[in-house]
Amino acid sequence: MSDALAAHAGAHGAHAHHPDLQHHFDTLEQQHEAATLGMWLFLITEVLFFGGLFLAYMLYRIWYPQAWAEASLELDIVLGAVNTAVLIGSSLTMALAVRAAQTGQQRATVVWILLTMALGLTFLVIKYFEYAEKFEHHHVPGPTFHFEGPNAGPAQIYFSLYFLMTGLHATHMLIGFGIMAVIAWMAHKKRFTPEWYTPVEVSGLYWHFVDIVWIFLFPLLYLADRAHHFA
Amino acid sequence: MDTTMTAPRVTYLNHEHTLASWLLTKDHKRIGILYMLVVTFAFFLGGIFASMIRLELATPAGDLVSADTYNKMFTMHGVAMVFFVLIPAVPAILGNFILPLTLGAKDVAFPKLNLLSWYIFVIGFLFTIYAMVSGGVDTGWTFYTPYSSRASNTNVMMTGLGVFITGFSSILTGLNFMVTIHRMRAPGLTWFRLPLFVWAVYATSLVQILGTPVIAITVLALAIERFLHFGIFDAALGGDPVLFQHMFWFYSHPAVYIMILPPMGAISEVIATFSRKSIFGYSFVAFSSLAIAIFGFLVWAHHLFVAGISVYSALVFSFLTYAVAIPSAVKTFNWAATMYRGAIWLKAPMIWAIAFLGLFLVGGLTGLFTAALGVDVHIHDTYFVVAHFHFIMVGGAIMGYFAGLHYWWPKITGRMYSDIWAKVAAIIVFAGFNLTFGPQFILGYLGMPRRYHVYPEEFQVLNVLSSAGASILGVGYLLIAIYLVASLFKGEIAGDNPWHATGLEWTTQSPPLPHNFETQPVVTEDAYEYSKREIKVV
Repeated sequence: MSDALAAHAGAHGAHAHHPDLQHHFDTLEQQHEAATLGMWLFLITEVLFFGGLFLAYMLYRIWYPQAWAEASLELDIVLGAVNTAVLIGSSLTMALAVRAAQTGQQRATVVWILLTMALGLTFLVIKYFEYAEKFEHHHVPGPTFHFEGPNAGPAQIYFSLYFLMTGLHATHMLIGFGIMAVIAWMAHKKRFTPEWYTPVEVSGLYWHFVDIVWIFLFPLLYLADRAHHFA
Repeated sequence: MDTTMTAPRVTYLNHEHTLASWLLTKDHKRIGILYMLVVTFAFFLGGIFASMIRLELATPAGDLVSADTYNKMFTMHGVAMVFFVLIPAVPAILGNFILPLTLGAKDVAFPKLNLLSWYIFVIGFLFTIYAMVSGGVDTGWTFYTPYSSRASNTNVMMTGLGVFITGFSSILTGLNFMVTIHRMRAPGLTWFRLPLFVWAVYATSLVQILGTPVIAITVLALAIERFLHFGIFDAALGGDPVLFQHMFWFYSHPAVYIMILPPMGAISEVIATFSRKSIFGYSFVAFSSLAIAIFGFLVWAHHLFVAGISVYSALVFSFLTYAVAIPSAVKTFNWAATMYRGAIWLKAPMIWAIAFLGLFLVGGLTGLFTAALGVDVHIHDTYFVVAHFHFIMVGGAIMGYFAGLHYWWPKITGRMYSDIWAKVAAIIVFAGFNLTFGPQFILGYLGMPRRYHVYPEEFQVLNVLSSAGASILGVGYLLIAIYLVASLFKGEIAGDNPWHATGLEWTTQSPPLPHNFETQPVVTEDAYEYSKREIKVV
């Protein structure tokens, strides 16, 4: 605690305030720690937000394994796999953006963030084609839903969960686009320094979280029963 | 009271005057006041619906409103009171105002986010009000499927959206407070020197962060099921309506602890201050808050004992429900032990706190009845349950809110209210409350189900008593509004520390400076060191 006291005295004493230090914090370090802790707590709420859908998925998959296997085969595993690779790639570029900001490379920060956005856009375009195909085959839940065989009811639940989970994931990506657009602009205006790049770091945490959700969604939705299918 | 005291010149209230300076404020104190305005309005709105319910139930026949209208009345009473009064009351009003002051901080960790939370709250409330005036909603505040997904043709979507949106306000407030407590404490203010109100708010934030997203996704899934005809809970497709109940109560039971934990924190402050003693078993009271928050997540299925869940899981949930009563009992015993041999000073906040103790005790003990598997089958969905949770929600949470509000009012406004009238109001509310909900225990035990607008004639006497009690309760609440508003104009100047209390919030002026403290406070002693202070009781 005496450190904090000394740091406080320092912040108000000889040294001038950093322009990005908000008035209610004593030091940049305190401000940075508060922001990262806040983002981690927010990600915990996100885990529970998606968690409700994972719970429903688990229940119905245990109840209706056959319907799950049949419905899962309707998804395009190639597109899903490509998208997984694209998204993991975007996590890499995001991590490099944070690294660039940390080491004070302003231009590189902008480039890496723009690349991350481009990969995210690629993912959403591929997702669009997947969704369009579901509409064509009447696999969208609702009055027009159609599924051959005795498992049409549970299969509709499967597709309800598919659209809810991937739709919520895609919504999070769109929010991520908005955030990254702002961060890229700030980086372009040379706002970040090795002392203060907190927005880049917390945006990175958010983006990695969105990726990790997909790492779970891909096997759960696309690979439910592929082993039997290929055997 | 020293009558020569003068009001401080510059305060958070008078340093800026424009409407914009309020609506765009990032000051936690002003945001607390903004919450107070909205929550008070919601309280009166919910109160009006409650009056309609009690008026209808004054006679056995359905002579005031139709069955459909009655369904809407109790639904909208529940929605207004749960989501817009009980959940935000203590954390968002008193928490916002007091928490940074008790920590010796200039503000919460994220002031802009704090303002955003208020706007999200208001937008959610507006959606809900729109739903209420455009035909209302009749599913019960619990939105059980398939009532809410297929059977109801009322405004479920808008209400659900309102609840969904408001949830984010609660999440962000919890997040903000948690980071604030971790990172914004004054030098020397270690965890075990924190006032117990802070521990309670911390535990509450934990529940808000972990629970609220689950109700958000549940209501979202329900809305999509209703609007786009998806099937998550639809039995016609092989789905499970009981899954909705599980997901709903995974939040909504812990939400009870969002409502009751912060008032418990306020009660700890009031009882220590007005007993002029250190709280008995500080660390037990602190950890019992965390224990309640954690165990509170493991009891939700006790709402489902008659919904066809397995006997074995019911046994486990019954046991865990008993377990969660232990930390609540720890608190109650410790409060009583704190008062024991204390120099008790019966000012208005203490009267409210003692009223809280009595009502919370009854509410807590009747909770054990409902936790017992066999007894619950008999009293499930009867007025016994209604009485039980009103003893916790109103007798506990609202009484605790008023105890805290009366305690911190001089700090918030810089003025003293009439102590006599505040005591009279506390006694009226206590009496009216008991008369309203006491008879409902008997009604429920005799088998009167909740949520019906007609009942057999032999239940009339008890129902008339309950309705009479409700009108007394209403008078009590109006009285509070009158003398508190009057105190703003005619109240004595309070001075920095009218209760001679410990705690950093009392070391600054009342009302506080825009940035709380003139110099950074440094803490050198534990909380509630009344033994080291001269007793200056007047």
